[in-house]
Amino acid sequence: MGTPALVNDPFAVGTSVRIRPLMPPGHVRAPTYLRGKTGTIERAIAPFKNPEQLAYGLPAKEHMLYRVRFRAGDVWDKDAENPDDMIEAEIYAHWIEKMDQSHAA
Amino acid sequence: MPHDHHDHVSPSSHPYRADDDTPLSYWQTMEIAVRELLVEKDITTAEEINTQIDAMDARSPAIGAALVARAWCDPEFKTHLLADASAASREMGFDIGPMHLIALENTADTHNIVVCTLCSCYPRNLLGLPPDWYKSRAYRSRTVKEPRKVLSEFGVNLPNNMPIRVHDSTADMRYFVIPMRPEGTEDLSQDALAALVTRDSMIGTGIATAPTA
Repeated sequence: MGTPALVNDPFAVGTSVRIRPLMPPGHVRAPTYLRGKTGTIERAIAPFKNPEQLAYGLPAKEHMLYRVRFRAGDVWDKDAENPDDMIEAEIYAHWIEKMDQSHAA
Repeated sequence: MPHDHHDHVSPSSHPYRADDDTPLSYWQTMEIAVRELLVEKDITTAEEINTQIDAMDARSPAIGAALVARAWCDPEFKTHLLADASAASREMGFDIGPMHLIALENTADTHNIVVCTLCSCYPRNLLGLPPDWYKSRAYRSRTVKEPRKVLSEFGVNLPNNMPIRVHDSTADMRYFVIPMRPEGTEDLSQDALAALVTRDSMIGTGIATAPTA
């Protein structure tokens, strides 16, 4: 893994973020149940080639990969078994937006 | 849920398996065609393919168990494992290939459990092939939504005030759990400790086995 400094790294650990609520067709690694949900950056991992391009044999751009932590209560609302449980997932930078950028929660 | 298949068991308690005399699927045909082309063009050989299959079949949870047992005994190694699990595994001499590995530590305050909702990503080079239930739609969809119910079906009942961290293995990383070291194991050797580390305890659907008195 080594140095994760190759690509823009605007998301420091603990930053509040939202997963973009997009629904593009094709091979996408941002799980649907997390799109539009808010969480915090748990760690930056490293830049990886974009699977959305790799999957089709296209030249793939590198994107920083983050682990984002979500509260179960923020993902499942009242259906959460325990709202303080956590769900963590790997999300590529181009799926992440800062909370203060555009949207109120 | 782990053992949902009680139907159709033979008198020798062997599950019947349907004969696979259905036509090949598109992707099965594709796999055979690509494999045969690679062999015909001398890019690989049937022997090489079989060697790889054997190597994958030979991997087992024993590799992960050895890492966990050492982490229990060697705090410096545990720190290294938590900081960079790929490097720590290679340092112990395990060939994990290009796998990017993250170790997650279970403590008295947090229980970790691993799932791949999108497909069935699993640290095969560390734990061998995944169990069938890990790949099931039920496990993949329920674990992120009702981890406590899923865990209770595996016999793991956690107090509601003990937070669970569910790790959805969505992209390039693979995960394994360092379970809590069972009590009463202070005098055990590293090898004896490794025998307590089950596959499920490293997925997070189980806990390490208590030593037999």
